[in-house]
Amino acid sequence: MATVSIRDVRKAFGSTEVLHGVSVDVADGEFVILVGPSGCGKSTLLRMIAGLENITRGAIAIGERVVNNVAPKERDIAMVFQNYALYPHMTVRENMAFSLMLAKAPKEVIEAKVGRAADILGLAPYLARYPRQLSGGQRQRVAMGRAIVRDPQVFLFDEPLSNLDAKLRVQMRAEIKDLHQRLGTTTVYVTHDQIEAMTMADKIVVMNGGNVEQFGAPLELYDRPVNLFVAGFIGSPAMNFVRGQVEGEVFRSGAVALPLPPGLRGAAMAGRPVVYGIRPEHWRLDGQGIAATVQVVEPTGSETQVICTLSDARMLGETRMICAFRERITERPGQELRISPDPAVVHLFDEASGARLN
Amino acid sequence: MDASTWAPSRARPSWLARLFDNRIFLICICLFPAAGLLLAFLTYPLGLGIWLAFTDTQIGRNGHWIGLENFQYLITDRVFITAVWNTMFYTAVATVIKFALGLWLALLLNEHIPFKSVLRAIILLPYIVPTVLSAIAFWWIYDPQFSIISYVLVNVLHWRDTYVDFLGTPWAARWSLIAANVWRGIPFVAITLLAGLQTISPSLYEAALLDGATGWQKFRYITSPLLMPILAIVMTFSVLFTFTDFQLVYAITRGGPINSTHLMATLAFQRAIPGAQLGEGSAIAVAMIPFLIFATLFSYFALSRRKWQQGSDND
Ligand SMILES: Nc1ncnc2c1ncn2[C@@H]1O[C@H](COP(=O)(O)OP(=O)(O)O)[C@@H](O)[C@H]1O
Ligand SMILES: [Mg+2]
Repeated sequence: MATVSIRDVRKAFGSTEVLHGVSVDVADGEFVILVGPSGCGKSTLLRMIAGLENITRGAIAIGERVVNNVAPKERDIAMVFQNYALYPHMTVRENMAFSLMLAKAPKEVIEAKVGRAADILGLAPYLARYPRQLSGGQRQRVAMGRAIVRDPQVFLFDEPLSNLDAKLRVQMRAEIKDLHQRLGTTTVYVTHDQIEAMTMADKIVVMNGGNVEQFGAPLELYDRPVNLFVAGFIGSPAMNFVRGQVEGEVFRSGAVALPLPPGLRGAAMAGRPVVYGIRPEHWRLDGQGIAATVQVVEPTGSETQVICTLSDARMLGETRMICAFRERITERPGQELRISPDPAVVHLFDEASGARLN
Repeated sequence: MDASTWAPSRARPSWLARLFDNRIFLICICLFPAAGLLLAFLTYPLGLGIWLAFTDTQIGRNGHWIGLENFQYLITDRVFITAVWNTMFYTAVATVIKFALGLWLALLLNEHIPFKSVLRAIILLPYIVPTVLSAIAFWWIYDPQFSIISYVLVNVLHWRDTYVDFLGTPWAARWSLIAANVWRGIPFVAITLLAGLQTISPSLYEAALLDGATGWQKFRYITSPLLMPILAIVMTFSVLFTFTDFQLVYAITRGGPINSTHLMATLAFQRAIPGAQLGEGSAIAVAMIPFLIFATLFSYFALSRRKWQQGSDND
């Protein structure tokens, strides 16, 4: 097991730079997820850790050793590819044993390691099958088995669940997390799915356009996103954003006035364009706040999501507000609700820079 | 008519419409053009050729059925025996060399090398040139007096004192023909194997790299097994083309010197047309059929899907 330290890493393909100085520290045994929209450079960063892409600038260290010039097979890592990259002409057993066979491990050792991995992953009945004779979830497990038998210092995963259907994805999510808890191997995992990131990670790296936007524990990112991008990316349904400015000790957007978060002095930012962020579940139904016109009501049983419009507020991006209430809603579309935010948990961002203000 | 009296019935279709609804009739009528063409242009000449092989037909004279007499004569004919051995030798050696060089070229072109597309176009050249034209070029290259190879060896490099007699002695002529056939056949092998190489997912090589495979091990454990199905197809076609080769040999040596480089195809033509012995020529051609059937059977079994190729591919 080992730490992974990424120091101001840059990557250029020809003259286009796709990573602009990324620094991340992964502690020993930690499960870190790189998440971000498609094309932001997650796979490139992962492939640089694996040694499949060279490092244009900066340094990557695994354990104490800088690996910039270390061959992939010497890095003591194992990678699970998005398409699994199983050898189609080898059985499950041969797929898992391949690296050990190349390393000329004794037969008994190979047998024992493959057997152990197959037990961990429930693959024992399928060892003699070929990849084409397996279901998607089983192939995924073989790909993990191939990584496990090598006992690497670091596991790398590149969107391993994106080829599975929704139900299997939820199941494999739990399996991978459980596996990490059992083996305790340092893991770097790439996904574009923020729910996957939230549910599985010890720490999340939110990336955007070749930069790290924020690095922290899942709930830290959820509770205190450092900028508009992270605030909008993490959480489902997404945070609502209202554009406006601070006037006195309230936030105002058109005719709508909302309370500022505590500890923020309105006078310091009077007149400046800001964005008021509030998560769906932080609206309260108190019968006296601002007026919202109901458009759609979606009861899920445990809570009720209401999509509504604020008569006079300017929204950022979406024009509609999503609220989630513990209460059941009897109002029909077109009727009015009175809602108010919980000021302790609202967010305020600078509209120009996107940076958090509170 | 109001709604209550309307009944959902249709007029009985005419006999013509019913005829065209008949499956068997449709199958027959659709098969007819293709079957007719096959019968007229494939089965008839093939059948005629086989029938001629059992007659003593000559050009300008109708023959009689003589059973296996042609074949009985041929197995005692030294020229025919030589032609059979030549054909097998020519096919075996040329195929091995074509595949060794073609695979090497395909592997090279599959790498990231500069001017790749230009190189690919150049490699296809021998295949584009009409065979007879390249045969004439080789005839010139192998000429005892004007050979460029001899010129380079003698006058430029000074490695030899005398010009090489490429086509004058049996073994030199055989190797010269094999060289010409290899030159002509490499593009087909290289380009088809290259297409095969490009179907192998690059992530398999990346996985193998992480698994610790060296370049040779990647070839041994990934490339060659995955290329095998395509290699089998290409090999079968290559063997068939080489075995039935006619143009190169006929244009360069005409089977000479003293009938030592005849292939079965050239000997069949030689006996049947210039020699006017249609029956005997046909017998030689018919003698090729067992070899070709064997090659086809080989490909049938080699091409049958391997166990790992069965099942779905939806990753
Ligand atoms: N081999 C390459 N050559 C040129 N550009 C590349 C290459 N690989 C990736 N890129 C570019 O780098 C950016 C990041 O890609 P990638 O890391 O695959 O994104 P993702 O976050 O979706 O995994 C993209 O804009 C992509 O077009
Ligand atoms: Mg990717």
